[in-house]
Amino acid sequence: MSELLKSLSPVWRWGIIALSTLLILFLPIPGNAAEPVERSFQIEASQFAYSPAILSVNPGDRVTIELLATDVVHGLSIDGYDLETTSDPGQTAHLTFVADHQGSFRFRCTVTCGNLHPFMIGKLQVGQNELLWRGALLAGLALFAAIWGARK
Amino acid sequence: MFSPNARETEISSQPAIPRRINLHQIPWIRPLLQSHWPQFLIRSLTLAGFAFTIFAGLFGSRVGSHNFAIIFVWIAWWTALKLAFIPLGGRSWCSLCPIPLPGEWLQQGGILEKSRRRFGLNLRWPKRLRGSWLQSGGFLVIGLFSAVTLTDARLTAWVLMALFGLAIILSLVFERRAFCSYVCPIGGFTGIYAKTAPVEVRVIDTAICAAHSEKTCYHNCPWGLYPVALRDSAQCGLCMECLRSCPSDNIAVNLRPFGTDLAAGNKGMRQSSRLDETFLALVMLGSALAFAAVLTGPWGSLKSAAFAIGSPAWLLYGFGLLVLNLVILPGAFALAVWSGQRWSGGKVQLRRAIANQAQILLPLGLFAWIAFTVSFAFPKMNYVFSVIFDPLGWGWNLFGTANSTWSPDVSAFSPGLQVALLLVGLFWSVSVAQRLALTNTGRTLRQILPLLAFCLAFSLAMLWLLVG
Repeated sequence: MSELLKSLSPVWRWGIIALSTLLILFLPIPGNAAEPVERSFQIEASQFAYSPAILSVNPGDRVTIELLATDVVHGLSIDGYDLETTSDPGQTAHLTFVADHQGSFRFRCTVTCGNLHPFMIGKLQVGQNELLWRGALLAGLALFAAIWGARK
Repeated sequence: MFSPNARETEISSQPAIPRRINLHQIPWIRPLLQSHWPQFLIRSLTLAGFAFTIFAGLFGSRVGSHNFAIIFVWIAWWTALKLAFIPLGGRSWCSLCPIPLPGEWLQQGGILEKSRRRFGLNLRWPKRLRGSWLQSGGFLVIGLFSAVTLTDARLTAWVLMALFGLAIILSLVFERRAFCSYVCPIGGFTGIYAKTAPVEVRVIDTAICAAHSEKTCYHNCPWGLYPVALRDSAQCGLCMECLRSCPSDNIAVNLRPFGTDLAAGNKGMRQSSRLDETFLALVMLGSALAFAAVLTGPWGSLKSAAFAIGSPAWLLYGFGLLVLNLVILPGAFALAVWSGQRWSGGKVQLRRAIANQAQILLPLGLFAWIAFTVSFAFPKMNYVFSVIFDPLGWGWNLFGTANSTWSPDVSAFSPGLQVALLLVGLFWSVSVAQRLALTNTGRTLRQILPLLAFCLAFSLAMLWLLVG
């Protein structure tokens, strides 16, 4: 097998690498086939963290976030979802949406709440993080390609 | 062929160097490089911007996102540095940086020309302090205090003033641009990553230099470099003084392929490899991991620890940062180099092998920092727009745009772009490792396999931190 790999011309090698890249990019990754459910999270926002900061849901879940600011006004918007809400101190704000985009999304504070406001970040995990898995596989392929593709 | 007036009236007829485009020979670019004025004007603008940044930091709003100092230093300038100046121009920022300007003026006793009345002791920089060690230490200090420096406008102003003052003091004590060469933390990593960039300053014909006794290029170089001896672009600040002072038009500003300085030994060139550069390259990797975790991660306790200077939590954070940069990463890299040497039967001294293999870390680190910058700065680009029209956060409404809510949604492409950048860095690093191994031994894969594992582990860690 290794002799066969070594004997291939550069055109064939890079063709195989390109095909492998396409496979990794577009091959379906087995996911969680759980039925969508209603999920509710109570998130406390304080300078400069959310608690809990990491939320995990399944694709299709109907998610309700109850945002409670504990010290100053805080907001919450989710990358990849056109959603935003703001909570005054001691007041609960509600945000409801269907998690129909799969992957890992950062949610961020939208109201200047202090020095570390730009870094007040949480994470919403919807199903499998396909980008992470495909990225990891592509990293392995990049390593292989750099060694094998350049061989004379 | 090499008349004293060649540089003033004629474009050089020197032969072209393979795979290089000499910008100095392009008619409309030549006068821009030859004259002091274009560079001086740009540096004057950056100096004015620098002064205004300090003013904004001291007297503007304490709210970071409303202050020109915070947004233009840590978002706009940092993004331009990481995404444009370094990858495309190497140390090009150093040629425009305003920090060493007043010191230079004092050293030469004039603004554009040297005068007889000069200031400064002109001492040589201590041999023990040469190299990138101080710059590595400086960058670690930045990491220790980054959560506060990046978010406090007044502290940013004080840091800039401190750098400014230090540059002036060092200019009055030591010769040339000692601050830039040995102290400036930005200059440190800009220099090592310049080895990957497609720009260089080199002599065209070394025989002409050998015959030239006055060495005007060396005497005029504020970096203390002798152009004919340049092995890579790490130390050259692209100031063009050598080019302007060469009487034989024998210095070229070349566009070249990316990464030309890396693994150059197999092309018959002496390889440039220093242990201090290895250490700096590792500090940059560790700092990329730390900055990604603190500034773009969801761990509020880590951010709070990094912010609470002097608290037990901050001490723990600082300890972790130093252990990562001084123990874990250097130890893992040294182990990888040693394993590869042992497995392949290589007979290079370990210290030399570690210094040599540092070149592998440069594309890896450069693209990790670019990916981090995309993650860190892109969501905040709307602040750049707003502080232009209200730089001090005093409620100004220049051009009536203060109430603009324009906020570009970068979430659609930003994560994919970060992944692609990390993959490019990994591929490039592995390619460099392959070329280095071919240079040194015949057992390529055995020598580099542990190093590949190191590179892969780092890339996966950055991947998880940025998009995980």
